[in-house]
Amino acid sequence: MKLVLKQPSILPGFGLTLGFSLTYLSLVVLIPLAGLFARTATLSWERFWHTVTDARLLAAYRLSFGASLAAACLNLFFGLIVAWVLVRYRFPGRRLLDALIDLPFALPTAVAGIALTALYTDTGWVGRWLALLNIKVAFAPLGVVVALTFIGLPFVVRTLQPVLEDLDPEIEEAAASLGAWRRHTLRRVVLPELWPVMLTGFALAFARALGEYGSIVFISGNMPMKTEIVPLLMVMKLEQYEYAEATAIAVAMLLISFTLLLIINLLQWWSGQRHAAVR
Amino acid sequence: MAQRTLRRKIERFLWRKPRAITEPLVVRWTAIAITFTFIGLFLVLPLAAIFTQALASGLTAYFRSLWDTDTLSAIRLTLITAAVAVPVNLVFGVAASWAIAKFEFLGKSVLTTLIDLPFAVSPVISGTIYVLFFGLHGYLGPWLKAHNIEIVFAVPGIVLATVFVTFPFVARELIPLMQAQGTEEEEAALTLGAGGWQTFARVTLPNIKWGLIYGVILCNARAMGEFGAVSVISGHIRGLTNTMPLHVEILYNEYNFVGAFAVASLLTVVAMITLVLKSFAEWKFKEESVQAAEEVEGLPQ
Amino acid sequence: MSIEALGISKHFGAFAALKDVSLRVETGELVALLGPSGSGKTTLLRIISGLEKADAGAGMVRLHGEDVTTKGVGYRRVGFVFQHYALFRHMTVFENIAFGLRVKRRSQRASRQQIREKVEQLLRLVQLEWLAGRYPAQLSGGQRQRIALARALAIEPQVLLLDEPFGALDAKTRQELRRWLRRLHAELHVTSVLVTHDQEEALEVADRVAIMNAGRMEQFGTPAEVFHHPANEFVMNFLGHVNVFHGRVEGGRAILGPMEIDYSGRPHATTVPARGLVRPYDLEIEHHPNGKPGFAATVCHINSAGPRVKIDLTAESGEAVHVELAHERFRALALEAGQQVFVVPREVNVFVDEGQG
Repeated sequence: MKLVLKQPSILPGFGLTLGFSLTYLSLVVLIPLAGLFARTATLSWERFWHTVTDARLLAAYRLSFGASLAAACLNLFFGLIVAWVLVRYRFPGRRLLDALIDLPFALPTAVAGIALTALYTDTGWVGRWLALLNIKVAFAPLGVVVALTFIGLPFVVRTLQPVLEDLDPEIEEAAASLGAWRRHTLRRVVLPELWPVMLTGFALAFARALGEYGSIVFISGNMPMKTEIVPLLMVMKLEQYEYAEATAIAVAMLLISFTLLLIINLLQWWSGQRHAAVR
Repeated sequence: MAQRTLRRKIERFLWRKPRAITEPLVVRWTAIAITFTFIGLFLVLPLAAIFTQALASGLTAYFRSLWDTDTLSAIRLTLITAAVAVPVNLVFGVAASWAIAKFEFLGKSVLTTLIDLPFAVSPVISGTIYVLFFGLHGYLGPWLKAHNIEIVFAVPGIVLATVFVTFPFVARELIPLMQAQGTEEEEAALTLGAGGWQTFARVTLPNIKWGLIYGVILCNARAMGEFGAVSVISGHIRGLTNTMPLHVEILYNEYNFVGAFAVASLLTVVAMITLVLKSFAEWKFKEESVQAAEEVEGLPQ
Repeated sequence: MSIEALGISKHFGAFAALKDVSLRVETGELVALLGPSGSGKTTLLRIISGLEKADAGAGMVRLHGEDVTTKGVGYRRVGFVFQHYALFRHMTVFENIAFGLRVKRRSQRASRQQIREKVEQLLRLVQLEWLAGRYPAQLSGGQRQRIALARALAIEPQVLLLDEPFGALDAKTRQELRRWLRRLHAELHVTSVLVTHDQEEALEVADRVAIMNAGRMEQFGTPAEVFHHPANEFVMNFLGHVNVFHGRVEGGRAILGPMEIDYSGRPHATTVPARGLVRPYDLEIEHHPNGKPGFAATVCHINSAGPRVKIDLTAESGEAVHVELAHERFRALALEAGQQVFVVPREVNVFVDEGQG
């Protein structure tokens, strides 16, 4: 069998559009990214390993991963409720809430950062009540979690919504007609359908949180070993012109993000397969 | 009796699905309450905080801090950046989705994945890769310096980093839409004697109009608001290489809270306009997609 | 305007959609390409239109004697009606029909007024004048179909090509549109090719029918020819219900399931596998053997609702047999389920396996 590079078509413009797309993609994305990896290769393995396992960086990994995980979990839990409420119930203000969900996508991260900081400092609207309970949010790890929750909020809701809308009510009716209690229907019938999508939303929120920079630098206070995140350390290396070290950190972060992306794609493929099998 | 009709009214109001497949009233109210609290706490309060802080010293102070030469130049730079990044990515998005959605070729799924790549990269890395290329210690740094071309710590670098982070927006909206619409209408136009450009301009473009606008709105919001990538590459030179988000940071770090929040409030207004436009475009865009699905299934007789 | 597609082959990857197919359509004729899905009929139509290219060097397309094999779809001036209509969804009905006139080069383009008149004339032709301002989404399937036809006719095509034109419509609309298309064709006399998988539609509408299967043309002839003299088993099977009796031929006889008949086609003594195909209305039912070849069977089920009575029987040897009788004959026989009867074929088409014996 001979290899078919392109199915023939009478529509014009294939060469032009593909050529332009590939050139532009290469110039803007692929070559610069490759340059990053090439730059890391100039480091010896020991130096690379030493850089990416530096004590200060390890503390930053811990915070970045811990806070991202916590924020993604919060978003998963509340996102499920929000998506369910927006799709299934009708109440005044629903459309407004629905439109607001995308605010974290539209609002610049720096703006989110200073707004959240203003709210959660000891004198802020929320912070002053939490201070009474001796809970410190701004300039503490908890602040990072709050900022990342804000940033990741739309992901779970927006991945769940279309799936909930497509969920065939007949399945739930069938369960009800078979005598299932409502909570059994939800747990045994609805939730299993949603798991893959929830995981996808979770992974998207988590991946986004890991790379986030703008909102956190304001609320975290950037205290070494305590509230520094990985992207911040990278920027600091860069500002000190330690390019090789900066790229080493960048490569470590990229590898983590790509692994996550791979997992997301596998999840989507897997859930697609399951759905295809049913329909 | 009256109580029963009232109750029924509330029920009808709350229930869209038949009774058998919804939750008890208490559960529903609790879920709605949680939703309002969560969104109120995380989304509405920050919005309120921005405007309160910006107006903390009164309207005059607010406008005075906006009418500052550095602020004005930051606004100008942000507008320039968006004015370059959005059209460039728009052209790319249309070209890429034409190639991907209307043709079958080897490596198509790889290309589709690569387009999404910038979303998987942390913004600070996006800035870094250009510093590595064009910076003083970068691959092309010495050559650029010899020829007196400034990219890093200058406007071109800011534009490049912004182009990178907003790269996928238009393409990822258009590809699924154009795939759903298929190629029959374009083929029909060709059989009727239309040329390639005529087919694109008169048939394809009107069909994807709202999807395109939707992508542009998202792309523009990100282009104006990007912080991490631009921060790495700009050098934070006041009045020269400061975009609005970067200017917010500078003012904030100087404890000029009114100024910081005043600029932030402008960006917030842009964000809110974005949300309104987006909701409208989304509604139109859904119509486009639904129509595409109907055409394929051959709906009502 | 005649159409000639000669020696056409087409591959999609490793799949051969067309294997050396030739089709000649005379000027003013309406030809139906009939076949199951995947038989290559739509591919052949698209190659004639220029929407698809035949394999390099494999085939030639001529429109009225002019070789257009290498010419683009725009040059060929064919009216193509798509299966899903492919109406431009953002244009009104008027704009849809006017499209082909408006995209012409300025030097050849008609004036606004001429275009308007032309579109109105076409709308009258398809009897949908009142829909000019509507959008495709607001039309019924049958209306969309007729607008698609009007749009194709607007460019005064040399030939008209219709891909499953009634495929997505309900049974009643199909019937109406079929007759309407027949009348329209009689009026315009534009050379037309229509693709369909519905044998009834092909036989009713077309002057000639080309029956396709697995990338080959099985038979090409008038509806009467292909129906009454099927070239092979596939054609007969595809053109309506048949009873199939498996068996063999040897020494001038055909032994087919429960029956044995004379078969002059092959007088040699060698035994060759064969099948006998009989249409349900070519089987007669008798209470007793009448000396003609036939077989005993039991009546299983009777359905008398419809123009003819449909009877399911089981032959002694266990095969299921379907018979259709006229109502008078059925009443005369006074059949009931469970009854023992004798089935006599009037006409059997015997197909012998090629290349054996």
